[in-house]
Amino acid sequence: MERYYQQEAECASREEITKIQNEKLVEQVKHVWNNVPYYRKKMEKAGVTPDDIKSIEDLHKLPFMSKADLRETYPDGLLGVPKEEVVRIHSTSGTTGKRVIAFYSQGDLDMWEECCARAVVAAGGSKDDVVQVSYGYGLFTGGLGLDGGSRKVGCMTVPMSSGNTERQIMFIKDLNASIICCTPSYAAYLGESMKEMGLTPDDIPLKAGIFGAEAWSEEMRKSIEATLGIKAFDIYGLTELSGPGVAYECSEQHGMHINEDHFIAEIIDPDTHEVLPDGAQGELVFTAIDKKAFPMMRYRTKDICQLSKEKCSCGRTFIRMAKPMGRSDDMLIIRGVNVFPSQIETVLLEHGYQANYQIIVDRVNNTDTFDIQVEMTPEMFTDNVSDITKAQNELVQGLVNMLGIKAKVTLVAPQTIARSEGKAVRVIDKRKI
Amino acid sequence: MSVKQISIFLENKPGKMCEMTEVLAERGINMRGISLAETEGFGIVRIIVDDVYEATTVLKDSNYINKLTSVVVAEIPDIPGGLSMILKVFADEKINLEYMYALSADSSADKAYMVFRVNDHKSAEAALTKAGIRVVTQDDIPTL
Repeated sequence: MERYYQQEAECASREEITKIQNEKLVEQVKHVWNNVPYYRKKMEKAGVTPDDIKSIEDLHKLPFMSKADLRETYPDGLLGVPKEEVVRIHSTSGTTGKRVIAFYSQGDLDMWEECCARAVVAAGGSKDDVVQVSYGYGLFTGGLGLDGGSRKVGCMTVPMSSGNTERQIMFIKDLNASIICCTPSYAAYLGESMKEMGLTPDDIPLKAGIFGAEAWSEEMRKSIEATLGIKAFDIYGLTELSGPGVAYECSEQHGMHINEDHFIAEIIDPDTHEVLPDGAQGELVFTAIDKKAFPMMRYRTKDICQLSKEKCSCGRTFIRMAKPMGRSDDMLIIRGVNVFPSQIETVLLEHGYQANYQIIVDRVNNTDTFDIQVEMTPEMFTDNVSDITKAQNELVQGLVNMLGIKAKVTLVAPQTIARSEGKAVRVIDKRKI
Repeated sequence: MSVKQISIFLENKPGKMCEMTEVLAERGINMRGISLAETEGFGIVRIIVDDVYEATTVLKDSNYINKLTSVVVAEIPDIPGGLSMILKVFADEKINLEYMYALSADSSADKAYMVFRVNDHKSAEAALTKAGIRVVTQDDIPTL
């Protein structure tokens, strides 16, 4: 028997959903026009006023937002409410200029946590469950987002955060955790660690996992489900739009239901910007229709995927999005952590190396490998092996401090990193997802 | 007094050493001594040549990072105990040895030549001279 957190919304008829979206969109456009001068200017430039937006049919008239707008308005140029109404911020990793700071009013937080609560219930959660949240807590939205959702459902919530695998496993066993929330690659790693400890799926009390923040394959899902003896649910979100919970998977495990009473999804052609018909593959664009502190209109996610309006056996009526096929951005998600090449550049320069490097990402046994090749420079070279190794270790530590994850650094000879038309190829992503 | 050793950065990959020696061979540069220090990811090749300026220019033109390091080169009798005699001099003077290797030389002369990298270069040369051991200079290298 399928259970819902907010059945009325999650199973509303298409007419009801459209009505809610129409009303909220009209309101939201007025809110943004009146309170976010940056977006108002974009609207004026596009020759659109709030009077032109009468329903979701008019959505296409609004200008897009992208990472470039976020950079330009950093830190708070998109703030839509007076600062005293802000109760929380979150942030993506990234160096200045790339970092995004998202603001939340109390209402925004409630909305976001409700979205996450829907995901927890869809994964089989109820107040009888113990939910271990092993996403990072802090500026990253994963930890506090699922924590809020889990508490709204009434689950006993274990704010584990990431890392310390032995303690993770001890708590799962000692507290009888039934649901775990983390990145899929960490779930795979936990599974491997438990296997090594001689635990079988029968020894592990978990029944479900909610995994997101990075791309993962069906193959990986099967492997995680087998090693942990659970059902693995996908969850989707972006800090720009609140965090995880923009879309969530149900028992059908076939695409993620988009929380359409809060977010309107469109698929566009990334080159022509034309809105594509139902079922077409293209870039996912989201409009948050009731988020006040950090409004986001027609935000281009860079995620390539497709939407399905097909009826779902779970009873939910929200449209479903397929797993994103890839991201046309320069950001990498490695082991669930956002990595920007510019961050690596910063650390290299700080440690006396030149910014001649190449990132090689692969996936081995469901865990991301992260290699950085750095070109040796005459300045950094000495006749002493231990001095070079010491500098190399300091660089590795500097990267950990900046990125939060460890990379394997290899020193290579000058001029060995492939360059095309003067521009070095910075990223080689070999992961097949 | 000292000899200039050329230290070269190499990646620890098949063929890298060969490529580097080919560059020197093409320009007719003969190596008189060579040693390799390696780690998992990279290696440092240390060579002694007749003409340091020419060799470093050639290496630089082929994008090899290199650095000059002063080393002590001593002439020792090519007999059992020849090396330990020199090492005894260093031990007595508490001079620490970082690495060492041999130079190629005319074996019919009953002499061998050893390259030493030590923590205190000046004391090492002084101690050797005092003990009656010949310390070789860069200018001597082509004549060995």
